[in-house]
Amino acid sequence: MVKSTEKKKPAEQVKSFFEKFYLFIILAILYAPILLLVIYSFSNSSNFNFDQGFNFKAYVAIFTSDKSPELWTAIGNTLLIASVSSVIATVMGTFASIGIFNLGKRARRLVENVNQFPIINSEIVMAVSLMVFFVTFAFPEGYLRLIIAHIAFCTPYVVLSVLPKLESMDPNIYEAALDLGANPFKALTKVMIPIISPGIVSGFVMAFVMSMDDFIITQINKGAATGINTLSTYIYSDARVQGLEPFWYAIFSIILVVVLAALLTINLVKIQKQKQKDREAKVQ
Amino acid sequence: MTKRTHKKLRLTKKVFSFPYILFLLLFVVIPLVLILVNAFLDSENNLTLDNFKMFFGAPSSLIVLGNSLLVGVITTALCLIIGYPVAYILSKISSGKIIVLLYVLPMFINFLIRTLATKAIFIAMGVELGMGTVLFGMVYNYLPFMIMPLHTTLSGIDKSYIEAAQDLGADKATVFLKTVLPLSVSGILSGITMVFIPTISTYAISQLLSNGKIFLFGDSIQLSFEQGLYGVGSIMSIVMLIFVLISNFIMNKFNRNSNAVRRSLW
Repeated sequence: MVKSTEKKKPAEQVKSFFEKFYLFIILAILYAPILLLVIYSFSNSSNFNFDQGFNFKAYVAIFTSDKSPELWTAIGNTLLIASVSSVIATVMGTFASIGIFNLGKRARRLVENVNQFPIINSEIVMAVSLMVFFVTFAFPEGYLRLIIAHIAFCTPYVVLSVLPKLESMDPNIYEAALDLGANPFKALTKVMIPIISPGIVSGFVMAFVMSMDDFIITQINKGAATGINTLSTYIYSDARVQGLEPFWYAIFSIILVVVLAALLTINLVKIQKQKQKDREAKVQ
Repeated sequence: MTKRTHKKLRLTKKVFSFPYILFLLLFVVIPLVLILVNAFLDSENNLTLDNFKMFFGAPSSLIVLGNSLLVGVITTALCLIIGYPVAYILSKISSGKIIVLLYVLPMFINFLIRTLATKAIFIAMGVELGMGTVLFGMVYNYLPFMIMPLHTTLSGIDKSYIEAAQDLGADKATVFLKTVLPLSVSGILSGITMVFIPTISTYAISQLLSNGKIFLFGDSIQLSFEQGLYGVGSIMSIVMLIFVLISNFIMNKFNRNSNAVRRSLW
């Protein structure tokens, strides 16, 4: 209705140009360091020059540098800790959500608030509080501490992504399964869990990503004596002292490409699904 | 009969939450209680109030806290000034919902990688590492946390309010100041807390971007525990916790209906 009168005046055009320009500048600044990193990963230099020309030496160094063994151990640790803790977090979080959903009103609110705490709490406080706990009760240093710590900050996200699915589930479906003769266990595994599985999957992915991405909690709980490093703590200990060696540029570029590709696919699939839903809704 | 089995089932399903409740108790609640207890203990585990004297009596620790608050306020203000227009412009564009993802994506790349990349660039450009670079690094890191809630709130504003204001004769500035801005307060508040709290408690970013010259509250919490000063470290953690709780209280108050926005990216 307004559109017919919306012939753009020159002033409006200028304004819209500046708006787009502003969006672009901020985006450019956000991505500049990332892009430069990727470009100079092919230069085998650590101070942004192409003196050696375009080459893949930095990528080869990931496998041949004298730091490679440590680097690969760190990558292995990252994946190990992330897999173990995200699987445990997902299983515990899923069952916890079903349980929480069936708690009384007051108990449920209490548990949900405590569950919220690792999310709102500042990471450093969570890290040191766990460290004090582990020291006080003499937990063995190393993987056990790290995995417990990772489960502790990952599970809340699983609960937060499963609970809404339970809330939106039709309770009659579960009852129907029982009425049709399924025992509670079957009704749970064959009916309820498949229905809430999208929440479980996104909770798992989130837990895995959070665990892989973590630096502060790992750094403070890994214990100096164990020598255990994940990728992020190894980056920190290596780069803090002598800056970034060329092979780090290569690794960062690989991580960037993997992360961005994964996120773009997830979001594109989401948008596609949304569009399809909208279309279906329109048809109806 | 059915009623009884129903009740029994509810009971059994409740049990599923018990392992996690135990876990939360052990690894979330008790560690925080330990922090509270440690604030009142000296190194020989005797009750004492010395830790409070050591923290609140020492200018150096208060200066670090003051600096962190300052860096936090400046970073938050910069993020708001830079991020609000971005979110506002995006909320007017039809494809803004997709474009905003581009602003949020860098957040998923480990902050150490981004910080080290900016540091390497600053060094290569010959920029001296100091307060300026720390602030840049903070804004760079936390800007997405400001844009996200702002965009959600701004794009959720009913356009008819704006049209109504225009129909009633308000010029553009008035429309913005009297309708858009007040309606986006909840987004502004959640943006502020999502930037401010992490900024004052960041660990490592300021050290990396200032070559260890600028030391913030998160760094000094870590350092006290590393030096075995559990008492003082605990007090600093409690101070931090109080900030967290206050900000969360404010958020909940203003944000009751759009609570899901917070950190739910997926």
